Amino acid sequence: MNLSQLKPGQKGIIKEFTDLEMSVKLMEMGCLPGECIVVERFAPLGDPIAVTVSGYQLSLRKHEASTIILL
Amino acid sequence: MNADLKIALVGNPNSGKSTLFNVLTGLNQKIGNFPGVTVDKKTGFCKLPDRRIAQIIDLPGTYSFYPKSRDERIVMEALADKSNSAHPDLIIFVADASNLKRNLLLYTQVADLKIPIIIALNMMDLAERSGIEISVDELASKLGVQVIPISARNAQGIDELKQTITHASKIPLQVDSIEVEALAPQLVQQICLEMQIDIPYIALQLAHQHEQLSFLTVQQSDRIEEIEQEFSFQSQKSQATETITRYNFINDVLFDTIHFKADPLQETISNRIDKVLTHRVFGFVIFFAILFLIFQSIFAWSAYPMGLIEQLFVWLANTGHQLLPAGVLTNLLLDGVLAGLSGVLVFIPQIAILFAFISILEDTGYMSRVTFMMDKIMRKVGLSGKSVVPLIGGFACAVPSIMSARNIENWKDRMITIMVTPLITCSARLPVYALLISLVVPDKKVWWFINLQGVALMAMYVLSIVSAIIVAWAMKQIIRSRERGYFIMELPVYRMPRWNNIALTMYQKVKTFVFEAGKVIVAVSIILWVLASYGPSGRFEKIESQYQSPVYTQKYSAQQLGLLKESARLGNSYAGILGKAIEPAIKPLGFDWKIGIALITSFAAREVFVGTMATIYSVDSDESHLASVREKMHSARNPDTGLPVFTTATAFSLMIFYAFAMQCMSTIAVVYRETKHWKWPTIQFAYMTVLAYIASLITYQLLK
Repeated sequence: MNLSQLKPGQKGIIKEFTDLEMSVKLMEMGCLPGECIVVERFAPLGDPIAVTVSGYQLSLRKHEASTIILL
Repeated sequence: MNADLKIALVGNPNSGKSTLFNVLTGLNQKIGNFPGVTVDKKTGFCKLPDRRIAQIIDLPGTYSFYPKSRDERIVMEALADKSNSAHPDLIIFVADASNLKRNLLLYTQVADLKIPIIIALNMMDLAERSGIEISVDELASKLGVQVIPISARNAQGIDELKQTITHASKIPLQVDSIEVEALAPQLVQQICLEMQIDIPYIALQLAHQHEQLSFLTVQQSDRIEEIEQEFSFQSQKSQATETITRYNFINDVLFDTIHFKADPLQETISNRIDKVLTHRVFGFVIFFAILFLIFQSIFAWSAYPMGLIEQLFVWLANTGHQLLPAGVLTNLLLDGVLAGLSGVLVFIPQIAILFAFISILEDTGYMSRVTFMMDKIMRKVGLSGKSVVPLIGGFACAVPSIMSARNIENWKDRMITIMVTPLITCSARLPVYALLISLVVPDKKVWWFINLQGVALMAMYVLSIVSAIIVAWAMKQIIRSRERGYFIMELPVYRMPRWNNIALTMYQKVKTFVFEAGKVIVAVSIILWVLASYGPSGRFEKIESQYQSPVYTQKYSAQQLGLLKESARLGNSYAGILGKAIEPAIKPLGFDWKIGIALITSFAAREVFVGTMATIYSVDSDESHLASVREKMHSARNPDTGLPVFTTATAFSLMIFYAFAMQCMSTIAVVYRETKHWKWPTIQFAYMTVLAYIASLITYQLLK
């Protein structure tokens, strides 16, 4: 399962990434393997999404979210 | 000012770095550019308790050193290259206490560059309120550096920070966070050896970034590439490993220095605000209401000060003409230079108002929500969510809007935004449209309430939006970018705006515009003045003698004669000759040489069209005389055919021309300033002129 499949209010734990380049960016923003990630809301048009991770909010596009594999 | 000490502020975006910078330097700061790029380089001076003067450099906020955009590269170049003008003696690392873990990632990277460093632990108040407890002494001893808790917003802890700077060690004392050599042992050794670098982490970063760093020679960069090949170095993989290793170190450090108490209150307030502000209905309603307010204010609030500025210059010109001896020099000074200056200064109210709004939106955190909401729509045409504000601002004036496009981090998005913003119907086009529409569209109502003239005007506005979208889409296909478009973006918690920050932004943007774009505008004004006031020798004298003959002096009053002479002079000036020269080219569009002159002179600014028309058809150009320009234009006949010059076809063709053509030297000047290259304003000028020509041609030929 990946992050883009979650609905607002659902949460998961980050397992790994499918895109190496994107993973560096995601990790420096605090999306680390083992961190809990909560989908807060979708943008009014369904994309991008807002998530809470390591105590702050992040917004990312759905295709970026799909590179985050959850446990 | 001569500084005794150079200090760089480094930290994540939204960490309060700029606020700290403002607190430390006050008004004692200036904004320039980092060489070759349009990233603001803010420097300022700060007096230390021991009377030494420290130069403070505010480096762009980044999350790490890895090259995602030009911002990271600038930080890297300033810190890794000892000969860089921004290379500091001391780094103040600004860390957001409410998000320490992520902030420390960049800290460990910066610390490994082995420059003396102090941590300013910002937003301690916010962290405490959201239930985070940090043992500062523990943190300091584990990292081996001084940690000063501050609140930049409330100017707390600043004295302690200055004291600490005064006593800061000249040698780096920070503990090693990770073993850099372990990431790529032979590679780091080899680069250190060949480039004579004694800091392993710089060597590793050279391997990652050598292609983009300007302080390396081509030979050095090629050699690093060879070394990478030799040891089969994989940049991405090494970055991922490094990030994980650093986070392991950070987790160890934070394990017993940070404690989370439950119930983070701040978060829920922000979340509740977001439920309304990014709601699928209210979100857009509120956003458009805010845009409407901005748009209205730029129009309405700026009208009065702009009028005052214009009046002041009219007064100056009149007084000057009375006081100074008549002559070429006086004319050049008053009609060329002064007119140019007024063309620059008249934009100040609009720039100030737009940037006041933009910095409020940025400061409160609302701007990232705008991006969040609009991204999906804007992405389809090659723009980003952040392009919305410059584009809407374009309805008032392209000049401040293009300056505001600086907030768009992605290079390609930013370029496209800059390229299409001048297509949006700005307020300078309004007098042109108003004149031409009143000339050919009947002032009639259909179905009781729809005014035909109003419909025509609205059609021009809609056309501008549609054309901007189409051109943006086309540019998306054409412009190539090496930068990968990320959207991963922090949504900061909502905060109250800091009014002194906003005042500073307004002041700085206005100053930048006046000094940078102003130079080009004044120069072009002078050229236009020369073109319009001089002609080949002999011609002006002939006009003089012609109008002195009794045929004219008996028929007309002195005032009428003056106007007639002026109109004849313009026709024989270089501008007039140019107008006649381009007549064959613009004839298919339905324009004669007189309109040609207006096209040339309104390169200064579109609204000059009305003034030029007034001069050519020799009437006083004054707001209240708009009707008389219209009457003269209405009765103007083509000398060859005897038919009216301004037919419906010509008027619409002319409006379409003004809709598309880049007739604004202020915009060209500001695009040059913002892109740092003549290539972009040239392309913009060319594509808009071609577009204008073709669209006008089609319009005229269809309506003829």
